[in-house]
Amino acid sequence: MVRNNSDYIDQITQLTYEPINDNLKKLINQTNMSILVNKNTRLLVQGITGRDGSFHTSKMKEYGTNIVAGVSPGKGGQTVDGIPVFNSVEDAVKATGANTSIIFVPAPLAGDAIMEAGDAGVELVICISEGVPTLDMVKATTYLKKKGVKLIGANCPGLITPDEALVGILPGNIFKKGNVGLMSRSGTLTYLMVSLLTQNGLGQSTCVGIGGDPVAGLYYLELLQMFQDDPETEAIVLIGEIGGDAEERAAQYIKEHVTKPVVAFIAGQSAPPGKRMGHAGAIISSGSGTAEEKIAAFEAVGVPVARLPIEIPLLIKKALNIN
Amino acid sequence: MKIHEYQARKLFRQYAIPVTDDILCQTVTEVEKAARDFNRMVVIKAQVLVGGRGKAGGVKLAKNVEEAVDAAKKIFGMDIKGCTVEKILVADAVEIQKEYYVGLTIDRNTKSVLFMASSEGGVEIEEVAKENPEAIYKIPIDPDLGMTDFLARKIAFKLFTDMNLVKQAVDIFKKLYKQFIETDASLLEINPLVITDGGKLIAIDGKINFDDNALYRQPAIEALNEPTEDERKELKAKESGLTYIRLDGNIGCMVNGAGLAMASMDVIKHYGGNPANFLDIGGSSNPQKVIDAMNLLLSDKNVKVIMINIFGGITRCDDVARGLVSALDVMKVDIPIVIRLSGTNAEEGLRIINDYNLPTVNSLSEAAQEAIRLASQVN
Repeated sequence: MVRNNSDYIDQITQLTYEPINDNLKKLINQTNMSILVNKNTRLLVQGITGRDGSFHTSKMKEYGTNIVAGVSPGKGGQTVDGIPVFNSVEDAVKATGANTSIIFVPAPLAGDAIMEAGDAGVELVICISEGVPTLDMVKATTYLKKKGVKLIGANCPGLITPDEALVGILPGNIFKKGNVGLMSRSGTLTYLMVSLLTQNGLGQSTCVGIGGDPVAGLYYLELLQMFQDDPETEAIVLIGEIGGDAEERAAQYIKEHVTKPVVAFIAGQSAPPGKRMGHAGAIISSGSGTAEEKIAAFEAVGVPVARLPIEIPLLIKKALNIN
Repeated sequence: MKIHEYQARKLFRQYAIPVTDDILCQTVTEVEKAARDFNRMVVIKAQVLVGGRGKAGGVKLAKNVEEAVDAAKKIFGMDIKGCTVEKILVADAVEIQKEYYVGLTIDRNTKSVLFMASSEGGVEIEEVAKENPEAIYKIPIDPDLGMTDFLARKIAFKLFTDMNLVKQAVDIFKKLYKQFIETDASLLEINPLVITDGGKLIAIDGKINFDDNALYRQPAIEALNEPTEDERKELKAKESGLTYIRLDGNIGCMVNGAGLAMASMDVIKHYGGNPANFLDIGGSSNPQKVIDAMNLLLSDKNVKVIMINIFGGITRCDDVARGLVSALDVMKVDIPIVIRLSGTNAEEGLRIINDYNLPTVNSLSEAAQEAIRLASQVN
């Protein structure tokens, strides 16, 4: 399923031992674009019988996501929305060929749920649960890395490739297919940014909410590379926030590896130092991780930073020479 | 969650990590008695949950009882970065040969627990990190392996050559890691760890923060919490599933999601307004949350207008609208409310709000400007 196009190109060139010619390029362009999720996603939902799990399962299904299974220990054999429920992720994967799992279980159980998905052999895990203990995430991310499984979250809204697959809690109706890739540490701020893009005629290739916790799965660097390699993405929006130095690292990475235009927004420009603003990651302390430092890091590598959300579509239009 | 030095010392002792003797005091008389009991040089230390207390004059050496009493009189009631000193720790002042820094924290980049050590102890480690980063050894710890002997030894040999000290350090490092993991810490520091004249390694100051997300499984740690008045309000909010931080402006904000809440504050500031708080009503919605949030906002007398900005995802706009309407049914709200709803079930939410004769706006910029206009009218 879901593979990024550079992997795909690598594989093809390895098989043929030939440089990429026009025919191969055409072949690649006929395959699914976007990153991480698409029409080939076969989704399973961990925690499908819970309030949020069942609600968002129906929303994702309504959007057209191919949901093949649910997991809820002890409720195997039931169905939710016509989707078969299994006792374990392993059973679900064996029976349905699910390749992606989304997690809606309560935070104390989320670390274990992530590892169960990794153990069962899915390729991508998305954890929506909020409030997962950091040390549980340390353990889970280490395990998934060993298994070669990709993780997004925890404490994230998930991701969407418009018109193909919605894997998360994002409101599907605000998205529009297009060529802007978006990544964000915040859920609802992503929705605001996406509506602004869509209202301005700017559709999206894939939008990924990476979550606001200190230890999380895929982050800016991996996603920047995926968008850089994705032929469908022409410009990238990076929405960061105060705390940590991930934005500074992203700026450095963009300078060295990303040729597509990137524009950014940093939430928390008005936040007082030392306060945790809801996201465990959003703490400014000891003079590092402030909005000013992050904005300066981006501007130093030629990435324009919007001061107001409304400026994001304008910056994208400018970068793509659209009037 | 942060704890005081005296509490950190108790936890170190529980893990058999060597710490200097101390006595916690709440009055000058208690300090006098403690100094008399020690009957030697002591350190008088203010117990506050902020850094930089040494520079602020909150730590003093006392050679005798008179000096201890003198220092205590000065330090009790002292204001250190907004914290009033109510407790003083009287600690044994050992003879120091050299000071070191040892710490554990969560590293976002390696997604692991990071062990840090430096022979430049006793000073603010952030300063060392800025000016002389090579002086801090950093080793990410594989959670499957933990702090093995060889890792602990590797770090110890960076700091010490004397095998006797290396052995003591290895023992301390392993216990610190155990403590970090077992208590769900997010930062654990000994600064400084010192060599005494007798050649013993001993901690003379410590700082520990804990992961708020893990407090549910750490009742003994949670019991150590001594919140300030503002923090008490924040904790009460958390019990209702809200994240609240009081600020000094007059526009009360109710937003879903931390990022959007921060961006909403940024937009208010951008247009020249001043947010009274950060309030994230969180993900999964339930009308009671909105009622609790309204109560919280109205309990701040500085609030002149309420701005509600909801973008529905997991939160459903109709739930928020219902919560708001039922809140307004039962409570007296005599200040204006500016509402913006979009996303999941927004149409239904807007219908409920409009049926209740409350006005709504379309964009965040519009909401912020309207809130600022209404707040200025009240003044």
